[in-house]
Amino acid sequence: MNAITYQKDDQNIVTLLLDAPGKSANIMDEAFQTSFKEVTEKLQKETELKGVIFQSAKESFFAGGDLSRLCQVTEERVGEFFQGIEAMKLQMRTIETLGVPVVSCINGAALGGGWEICLATHHRICLKNPKTKLGLPEVTLGLLPGAGGISRMTRLLGIEAALPYLVEGRQFKPEDGLKAGLVHEIVDTKEAMTAAAKKWIEQNPKTSQPFDVRGYKIPGGTPSSPKLAPRLAVAPAMLIQKTHGCYPAPKAILACAVEGAQVDIDTALRIESRYLTELAKGDVAKNMINTFWFQMNEVKAGKSRPQNIAPKAVKKVGVLGAGMMGAGIAYASAAAGVDVILKDTEQAKAEKGKAYSEKILKKRLDRGKLSPEKMQATLDRITPTADLKGFEDVDLVIEAVFENRELKWNVTQETEAVISGDAIFASNTSTLPITGLAEAAKRPKNFIGLHFFSPVDKMQLVEIIKGEQTSAETLARAFDFVQQIRKIPIVVNDSRGFFTSRVFGTFTNEGIAMLGEGQDPATIEQMALQVGMPVGPLAISDEVSLSLMTHIKNQTKKDLESEGKTYSAHPSEPTIEQMVKLGREGRAKGAGFYEYPEKGKKYLWKGLKDTFPQKPALPLQDMKDRLLFIQALESVRSFEEGVLTSVRDANIGSIFGIGFAAWTGGALQFINQYGVKKFTARALELKELYGERFTPPALLMNKAEKDEPFKD
Amino acid sequence: MITESFIYDTIRTPRGRGKKTGSLHEVKPVTLASDLLRTLQKRNELDTSQVDDVVFGCVSPVGDQGGNVAKTAVMTAGWDQKVSAFQQNRFCASGLEAVNLGAMKIRSGFEDLVVAGGVESMSRVPMGSDGGAWAMDPETNFSAGFIPQGVSADLIATLEGFSREDVDTFALNSHKKASEARKNGYFSNSVVPVKDRNGINILDHDETIREDASLEALAGLNPSFAMPGSFGFDAVAIQKYPMVERINHVHTPGNSSGIVDGAALVLLGSEAKGKELGLTPKGRIVSAAVTSTDPTIMLTGPAPASKKALQKAGLKTSDIDLFEVNEAFSAVVLKFAKDMEVPLDKINVNGGSIAMGHPLGATGAMILGTLLDELERQKLKRGLITLCVGGGMGIATIIERL
Repeated sequence: MNAITYQKDDQNIVTLLLDAPGKSANIMDEAFQTSFKEVTEKLQKETELKGVIFQSAKESFFAGGDLSRLCQVTEERVGEFFQGIEAMKLQMRTIETLGVPVVSCINGAALGGGWEICLATHHRICLKNPKTKLGLPEVTLGLLPGAGGISRMTRLLGIEAALPYLVEGRQFKPEDGLKAGLVHEIVDTKEAMTAAAKKWIEQNPKTSQPFDVRGYKIPGGTPSSPKLAPRLAVAPAMLIQKTHGCYPAPKAILACAVEGAQVDIDTALRIESRYLTELAKGDVAKNMINTFWFQMNEVKAGKSRPQNIAPKAVKKVGVLGAGMMGAGIAYASAAAGVDVILKDTEQAKAEKGKAYSEKILKKRLDRGKLSPEKMQATLDRITPTADLKGFEDVDLVIEAVFENRELKWNVTQETEAVISGDAIFASNTSTLPITGLAEAAKRPKNFIGLHFFSPVDKMQLVEIIKGEQTSAETLARAFDFVQQIRKIPIVVNDSRGFFTSRVFGTFTNEGIAMLGEGQDPATIEQMALQVGMPVGPLAISDEVSLSLMTHIKNQTKKDLESEGKTYSAHPSEPTIEQMVKLGREGRAKGAGFYEYPEKGKKYLWKGLKDTFPQKPALPLQDMKDRLLFIQALESVRSFEEGVLTSVRDANIGSIFGIGFAAWTGGALQFINQYGVKKFTARALELKELYGERFTPPALLMNKAEKDEPFKD
Repeated sequence: MITESFIYDTIRTPRGRGKKTGSLHEVKPVTLASDLLRTLQKRNELDTSQVDDVVFGCVSPVGDQGGNVAKTAVMTAGWDQKVSAFQQNRFCASGLEAVNLGAMKIRSGFEDLVVAGGVESMSRVPMGSDGGAWAMDPETNFSAGFIPQGVSADLIATLEGFSREDVDTFALNSHKKASEARKNGYFSNSVVPVKDRNGINILDHDETIREDASLEALAGLNPSFAMPGSFGFDAVAIQKYPMVERINHVHTPGNSSGIVDGAALVLLGSEAKGKELGLTPKGRIVSAAVTSTDPTIMLTGPAPASKKALQKAGLKTSDIDLFEVNEAFSAVVLKFAKDMEVPLDKINVNGGSIAMGHPLGATGAMILGTLLDELERQKLKRGLITLCVGGGMGIATIIERL
């Protein structure tokens, strides 16, 4: 079976129909490459050839590269991989330079390699289709558009104009493509698309790429042009500011775009293949493909959801508490078309919660991302209230009141008395064990934890926590709801702090401990950024507030002691206590590790170095390792204790919930890529140097012995 | 026995504002250089056939200054056809490097008479005209941690705690000292007026010295590198210097070296050759050194280079009577004074590049001449010339008045 069907019509126009056998989408796999070689050779032998049309038999045009193959490139196989890409690119180049018009009929999405095929044609016709996405998202998986994407985009648009598509992976719709000159026509029907293609072929019998025409100048100039050169000197710095150097792909793309623009297209294409090979053999691309593609697809496919339970949508949700979290949950639900009843103790507070949605929607409206009708419809779905009237027919209640057990206990009982027997009751607690909270419930089977992250409208993750008695049905419905509101669900078992809060706590505590040890505060923050964390531990602690951290610690201590367990203090605690004593509790108080001037940016409090006398600086690598290792080790502990039940949920949860460095592919993938054995050895070193909390858990020691990575 | 390298003469053009409105903008760089060569020949009654080589510094050797500007100037000056010449680029050290190379040629015994110097017309060939992978090639830029020198200077100020007032005060003094020196004629021995083809004066004095400079006026200038810093260069600097939470952008056009046009020459030769030609030595080159430091902070090379030159000469800092530390940016000189424990009143006693400008390829040769003149005037013995250099390099030369 061929991946490409070769059809020649009576006018000697050949249509290459992309139709991967037995697959829902076309990809650049081995079958495609073999077929592509065959059809290219056949085209070369044609004597009366008038034109070539690329068409797809699938719903999308072409899905892109073969990621399962891409992530198998090793040091030993670089030569083979490089030759492979070069061979395929040579075929694209051959068709592009046959001397006859080549047209792509883009019926649906053309991403990555798909868009690169389109770029290798002379004329690009899109079918009008709101679902069609075009572009080169390779960078989001740690790769670069190596099938001619960089070389052709820079030549067509100019280096500066092409960079956002390449470095950020910006996707676009056919209409935007038309404006940018990347798409030439948009037509209404498939028939019209074929007709337009044939007409264009007829009207342009001799054609070539614009950049193959003698004297063609790259728009905006080559890298050495006096206008462009100084701007290119800044481009690397702009990237470092954004990524702190953690991501090799955007660096390689920028370098490749500039280098390629200085040479002829064939040399440029070869340079591109070399850079792609380097990225593909590296760890970061493998990490990102593993987590953002394969594991994310498993999450989306519901691997952590109980199977054999029919999906069911939530029509109406009741939200208790209209504070920041409640208001955010109300917005996310309403935006996804769910009716919301938003309750607080006073009508005014509930109204204020609804006003939050209005604020977000207004922003989107102003940016032209939303119509006024849609905005109104979303707002109309939210009913603010001060009593439980209207809760009778909710499918789901999400409790988002203060982190106080007694309060939560009360609202659970009060609400359960009103809602229907099969409604689900979810708590948005971030730390309190669900099983304990469920003791207040009449129907503990229907009780579950739905841990949202702040700000809810931006944070994509929801951590679903199963209590001891939570039923499979409840879990399935909670899972469906999270997907219904377009968020990413991970599923964990009950424990104090569940998975995410626990791991997050180790990060902030480690940073604060270093400060207490006498390490330079700016360096601590910078090291966190340099390992890929989005915010430094001191800055984020100020956001959370040191008083809340103290409150959680005291609660934990009390709970453990009442369970007859011993609480072991973390070395960060004296530092937190001292800050609280000084009245520097965080941003909300206007003073924390940082100063918050009324005007201008926050800056580290000058008194920190006197309050915590400075000691000789630690090796920077130790500081970096401490910040990532402690989180990875806590993730292993969560896995060992059965809080986490899958590696994918650990990876996805750590990145999307607490901003764990994305280049690592997540907290457990970080260990895999470091090498389980090596990681364990380094953890033991850190334990010797910095304390028992770096002791590798038994599960890790075990895996290290077998040199076995974390895998589902 | 090593042949000593004697300094027989030092001359320079005045420095013209490096803009279209600057007096020397109309003069081709090759003319600036060839006119000086003619003057050198005349004032020393030089038989040019005796000159073995001409070594020029030139930092942007393209366009008007391209294609070996040194040999081009030698040809234009009508010097003997036997005289060879070349241009080299060690960034801001090029002018002093030319002198050091010339001295090495003589001390090795390979050559006997060498003209060293440099030329830079920054108004006609702007900085960066020669491109280069360091800044312009992203892969190289990433690996080198490229940032503009001004951000490096601000980084030094931040790390050392130099305030805006500190650097402005230093700049004010540069203008005061230069203005005083010019008024008293301290530069007149070396400065050769630039004339047109009819012998009419185009410029006979350094054009950028401000007699009316004031702290208030200096304080009113906007920092030059805050914006490039905010584009990302600050982030690059902080990657290497994580203890810096935020860079304090203190450098302005007022407390950084000026962009100017100019040229300079130094006549070097062996004692024997000097005697043969009837030349009187003014001084000798004692030792010279180059070194390099971190390319991101970039401008901290002067102290280590000076230490290296002192060590080679078996001298101590206290053996040096006067210092010329190129005023690329105020913080560079303040940092040098601090690191070397040299009082500021021994440094740049007649002002520097902040007041008079920094014609990149010529500066080193120029300030060597200025220092030798001042040693002569004050009847002092030793001087040290040093410059910070792109890529983190540093250069230093020790001279002795004879």
